[in-house]
Amino acid sequence: MEHPIVATNATLTYGDRTLWRNLNFDLPAGSFLAVLGPNGSGKTSLLRSLLGLQALSSGTLSILGASPRKGNPHIGYIPQQRGFDRDLPIRGRDLVSLGLNGHRFGWHRFSLHDRIALDTVIAAVGAERYADSPIGLLSGGEQQRLRVAQAILGSPELLLCDEPLLSLDIAHQHEIVRLINAQRKEQNATIVFVTHEINPILPYVDLVLYFANGQWKLGTPDDIFQDEVLTELFHTDVHVIRDGGRIAIVSQQSDINDEAGGHHQHGTPSEREADK
Amino acid sequence: MTFFTYLSLPAVQHALIAATLVAIACGTIGPFVIMRGMSFAVHGTSELAFTGAAAGLLIANDAVSGALTGALVVALLIGLLGNTERERDSSIGVILAAGLGLGVLLLSFYQGFASAATNILFGDIFGVSVGQIALLVSIAAASLLVMSWIYRPLLFASVDHVVAQAMGVPLRIVGLIFLFLLALTVTEAAQIVGTLLVLSLAISPSAAAVRWTARPRTLIIISVILALIAADGGLLLSLIAPVLKPSVCITGISFCIYIIARYITPHHARKLSAPQEERA
Repeated sequence: MEHPIVATNATLTYGDRTLWRNLNFDLPAGSFLAVLGPNGSGKTSLLRSLLGLQALSSGTLSILGASPRKGNPHIGYIPQQRGFDRDLPIRGRDLVSLGLNGHRFGWHRFSLHDRIALDTVIAAVGAERYADSPIGLLSGGEQQRLRVAQAILGSPELLLCDEPLLSLDIAHQHEIVRLINAQRKEQNATIVFVTHEINPILPYVDLVLYFANGQWKLGTPDDIFQDEVLTELFHTDVHVIRDGGRIAIVSQQSDINDEAGGHHQHGTPSEREADK
Repeated sequence: MTFFTYLSLPAVQHALIAATLVAIACGTIGPFVIMRGMSFAVHGTSELAFTGAAAGLLIANDAVSGALTGALVVALLIGLLGNTERERDSSIGVILAAGLGLGVLLLSFYQGFASAATNILFGDIFGVSVGQIALLVSIAAASLLVMSWIYRPLLFASVDHVVAQAMGVPLRIVGLIFLFLLALTVTEAAQIVGTLLVLSLAISPSAAAVRWTARPRTLIIISVILALIAADGGLLLSLIAPVLKPSVCITGISFCIYIIARYITPHHARKLSAPQEERA
C-alpha cells in the first residue's frame, strides 16, 4: 500500500533562514508521528506544506499518492484551541457540520445520510449533551472535542493536528489524544501531531520528528530521546530524564523547548535517520 | 389625506417596494457583517457612496450608477489594502477620509443642482422611480443568489478562518466577494435611508437577532424579518404621523428592536445554564 506521506529532499527556507533541509521519510499508513521542536523551527510550516498552503523551496512531498493540494477531503485538520467569541451565532453542531462540505461553494442539500454521519461523530466524541449550545459558551475541552468531531467527519485517511492540546488541562488532554488515536485504531488513519509537549501522547507515538537549528532527526521515541541524539541536534548538552513513562528534557539553556530557532548553523547538509 | 389614500399613491407604493427589497438584502448580509466584525466597512462604503454619486453626476449626470460603481471600487480597495482585521479598519479609515474629500471636490465642479448627490446622505425614499426599482430588484436578487452560493465557505471563513483555510476555503476570494455584495447592498440601501442611516438596516436588526438564536440559518431569517419590520414599519409609521420623516421612523424602530433584544433574551437563559465543564 502507498505510504500516506512521502518526503523526498523536502526543503523549506525563508530567505537565508532554513527551517528544514532535505527532509526524507516515508510514513507508513496508520502511524502516529509526533513533530517536535522549538518555536519557529518549522513544525507548523510542515503542516502547511502538507495542506498545500505552503510551497516547498525544493524537493517534493507526496500526500496519499499525490502532490499536496488545498481542500483535500482525505485530510482532517485539528487546530490549537482558541476561544470563540461568547456571542458567536453558531452551535457546536453547525461547526462540526462545516467539516463535511464547509469548503464547497454552491447549493448542497443536507441529506439524511449527512445527518446520521454528523450525529455519529458527535456521539463518538461524547458531545451529544452540548452540541446544540452556542460554541462560544463551551469550555476549551468541549470545543476541542467538537473540533475532533469536525476533523473526523469525513473519515480522513490523514489527520493533521497543530498543537490541539495547548491550553487544555491534563484530563482533557488525555481525552482528546484518546479520541484522535481512536481514529487511527478504527480507521487506520495516519496521525501527524505537532506538539510542544511529548508526554500526553508518548504512549501512542510510533515515530518522532524533531526539528531544531535547521536540522531534523527522525526515529522511534526510544531512538530520539537519547542524550547524544538531542545534544547533536541542539548543539548544546542535553539530558533526557525518564520517569515512569514520562520524559523530561533538560539543558544548560534555560528552556530548550521555548528557544526561538532563529539563529542556526548547519554543518552537515543532510542527515538521514533510520526511518521505516 | 388619510393613511389609505397615501397607500394608493405610486410614490408611496414604490417606496414600500424599495424598503422591502433593501430590508431583505440588508438582513441577509447583516449576520455576516457581525460575525466578521465589519461594521466599519459598512459605514465606510455607505459614506463613500456619496463620493461615487458626485462622480457619477459629474461624468454621466447619473448619481445612482456613479454610487454603485464607486462602491465596487471602494470594496476592491478595502479588499486589497486590508489583510488583517486591524489593517482593514485602518485602511477603511484612510480610504473614507480621502474619498469624502474627493467627493466634496467633485461636487464643487458640478454646475447643476447637487441635491441628487446630497440626497444620498439622507435618503430619498419617496423619490424612487420605476427604473430604480428594477435596479433594486436585480441587485437584491443577484445578492441573494450569490449569498446562497457562497454561504457555507463564507460561514466557515467567518467563524473559524484557520480551519477553513486548512480545508481549502479561498479566504481572500470569499472575503472579496462578500465585500462586493456588502458594497452593492449598502449603496442600494443608501438611496432609501441615506448613507448616514444605513447601519440601522445593515447592523441593528442582525445585532438584535444574534441575541435570540445561535443557528446561522435561523439568524438570517430573523434578521431579515426585523429589517422588514424596521423598514416597512418605519415607512408606514411616517405616513400615519407625517411630522416624522421616514428615515427617522426607520432608525427609531430599528433602535427600539435592538434595545428590546438586549433586555429580552431567551438566549441569555441558555447562557446561564450552559454546561461549563465536561466530566473528565
